[in-house]
Amino acid sequence: MSDAPRSPRPRGFFLSRVNAIAANTLLELVRQKVFYFMLLFAAIAMGVALLASGMPFIEQFQVLKDAALGAMSIFSWLLVTLATAMILPKDIEDRTLYTMLAKPVSRFEYLLGKLAGVMLLLLVAMGLMGLFFAGALFIREHLAIAEALRDYGDGPDGQAAVAAIRQAAFTPTLLAALALIFTKSAICAALTLLLSTFATSWIFTVMISVVVYIIGHVQPVAREYWLEQSGEAPSMLLRAFLGFVSLIFPDFQLYNIIDEIVVGNAVPLSMFVQAFGLGLGYVLVYTIVGYLFFSSREL
Amino acid sequence: MRARLLGVAILLGFGALRLPFELSLEKQQRALHYHGAKLDMSVRQQLTQMSFVAALSGFRSIVASVLALEAHTAWQRTDWGAVKVIYDTICAMTPRNIQAWDMGGWHMAYNASVSAREDSRTERLALRLRAEREYFKLGEDFYLRGIQNNPDRSMLYERLATIYRDKFKDPLKASEYFGLAAQQPDAMQYVHRFTVYELAKVPGREQEAYQRLRALYDKGEEEHLPTLLRLLGELEEKLNIPRDERRIREPSQHP
Repeated sequence: MSDAPRSPRPRGFFLSRVNAIAANTLLELVRQKVFYFMLLFAAIAMGVALLASGMPFIEQFQVLKDAALGAMSIFSWLLVTLATAMILPKDIEDRTLYTMLAKPVSRFEYLLGKLAGVMLLLLVAMGLMGLFFAGALFIREHLAIAEALRDYGDGPDGQAAVAAIRQAAFTPTLLAALALIFTKSAICAALTLLLSTFATSWIFTVMISVVVYIIGHVQPVAREYWLEQSGEAPSMLLRAFLGFVSLIFPDFQLYNIIDEIVVGNAVPLSMFVQAFGLGLGYVLVYTIVGYLFFSSREL
Repeated sequence: MRARLLGVAILLGFGALRLPFELSLEKQQRALHYHGAKLDMSVRQQLTQMSFVAALSGFRSIVASVLALEAHTAWQRTDWGAVKVIYDTICAMTPRNIQAWDMGGWHMAYNASVSAREDSRTERLALRLRAEREYFKLGEDFYLRGIQNNPDRSMLYERLATIYRDKFKDPLKASEYFGLAAQQPDAMQYVHRFTVYELAKVPGREQEAYQRLRALYDKGEEEHLPTLLRLLGELEEKLNIPRDERRIREPSQHP
């Protein structure tokens, strides 16, 4: 019988360990130069701001907001999906996972730390993209104001045009739109982490994550078509299938209230609260289920 | 294995819990007209396969923005057919975007119609006028569809009323739609006056128009605007209102 000291089993839950893993994860991801995509985002935002110059001013701002928020959605989704999908396979390949779990770090703390690191990365990326977006909006606003003052002069007409431009350019609800994009991407990060706990390769994780993302957007459209527009009463089999799909896949169409914000429609506060609450629920459940899968994984 | 089964059970349980909540949220959003986008075959025909997939994957508004840039180019080419088709697609994808309905309607009722009337390639005036009227109708159609999708937004009613007033020369319909615009919560302050101004032009409705104009006049100084004073004076003359009951003692000098 060996008297060699055994590595101590992790006891309890320590936020400091989660913080340390999160900080390390963020640092690792930043070292992979993921922020280079910001150059592309900045180019899109500035390009659209200039391209839209010939359009009526309300449309200019709408196109700029649409393009910038759309690009933010795509980039943040791609960023979290790719970053999260590679975390576990990379740690296994580098053997850092074994070193870390041999220390008094539980698998739950490890997963939570990794997810928190990706969330931090997402927060930084969203902040930077938000700044670029605000810059593009600011430039477009000032160009439009200069144009209006040139066309209408400094009199009441000119002032009215300037006021209308200011009203169309920045609305506080744009911040809510950024928060919604963050929430949607956070759901995707938690989902991808859950998938990677049982996937055998990161390509598989990315593929399935993309498929779930698309199904999440298409399923409400398909459900509406089959249940309401096809003109035929849906069969029991079809209803069961739709129910199963709705049970498994998230409904991402609910987050399309971003479109309403872009076109300047009022969105009740309760709608935001419900969307954020739902997002939090998804992240929590996917993390817990991810842990359950990860805890029984042979490493 | 037990942990995995528990994981699947939690996923399904969460699905069962969130489904009623999501359906209720969807219902609330529908009540606010959020889910009106139609991604059907007519939209598919106007988009490339990738754009259609992008539109299905939650990037509808970004595809619509690219199309708005395309529509702008088509407008510069004065390719009115393309402008109409592109705005039809934009509106189908983003039906809550009242600017899109407005732009589509404005291009048809104002730009394309004038272009058709002044088209030097068509010699006969009657044909040019017919084409002009067809564009008015296309403009009207954009606004009517826009109103169906956004019944709570004043701007579309107001713009449609302006088309009835300036293009179709139909004061009754103009009055009706200015009235509907005035009923919306985001209506501009002047719209309620336009309802009555247009009603005053409708043959046979002079008495009703007079009562409403007088009611406006009696509201106070802020309503004593040149058009109101002129119309009130004209109707008092036309309806032979006794001198001592008249609000306007002297005929208005305003045009």
